[in-house]
Amino acid sequence: MTLALYRIDDRLIHGQVVVGWGQPLDVSFIVLVDDEVSGSDWEQDLYRMGVPPQIEVIFASVEQAAAQLPSWESDARVGILLVGDIDTAVALAGRAPQVRRLNVGGIHHRTGRKERLRFVYLTDDEAAKLKQLAAGGVEVTAQDVPTARAIPVGDFT
Amino acid sequence: MSDLHGVIVSHAAVAQALVSAVTTITGIDGALTPVSNEGCGTEALAERLRQAVGEGPAVLFVDLPGGSCLTSSLRYAKQHADIAVVTGVNLAMLLDFVFHRDISPADAARRAVDAGAKAIRVTAA
Repeated sequence: MTLALYRIDDRLIHGQVVVGWGQPLDVSFIVLVDDEVSGSDWEQDLYRMGVPPQIEVIFASVEQAAAQLPSWESDARVGILLVGDIDTAVALAGRAPQVRRLNVGGIHHRTGRKERLRFVYLTDDEAAKLKQLAAGGVEVTAQDVPTARAIPVGDFT
Repeated sequence: MSDLHGVIVSHAAVAQALVSAVTTITGIDGALTPVSNEGCGTEALAERLRQAVGEGPAVLFVDLPGGSCLTSSLRYAKQHADIAVVTGVNLAMLLDFVFHRDISPADAARRAVDAGAKAIRVTAA
């Protein structure tokens, strides 16, 4: 198996990820790619709390993730890779050709962002970055939970 | 000691429903404030929490022992004094809490866990 989901979600590890996606995909590991969290033991403990003990949680910086992606992709288990924002996704995709699909799972309201979908708010700059990723060959779709329809990037940017 | 404030932090409308049930059962209004994570990123949920807690000591009652409600609550508790966090909120612990708010947040949290756990059982048919 492989990394079954590359997801942007500003809540990082939370119920939709662990239960909503984790159960149907039978996930055995979650990779959380975030430069800040990867440098903070306290933040890591916090995110680990939401995950059942049988699921391994791996914390990585963008640099570390780019180096480790081939081994995660060839892991016999099923995994999910999470980033918290579009810039991290762009940085990772730029370093790791393994990133071919990107699930926009939750980017919430903040000053300057406009509602694109119920669970996706983007500035024009962020929307342009997603379109640029798609133009570069990454399949970008928005989908909060597995039972929802995957919406192509052109329909929400 | 001033009376503690309780803030329920949940997915969807669970918190709101629990506050409504406590008020219906006890007639006590204003002891609990609901916060939902609906439509919230980390920053927006932190702001909702800040407004709900206000000044003074408080106990945060979180629905699940993980996820965005808990991470936001623990971040808030780390940055503020006199805040205790309890997970697995249920109606029984809230009913006990609203009648026992003249103690410290830590004591109230322990008491809530006891009251909540006692309510979970398999009953005879």
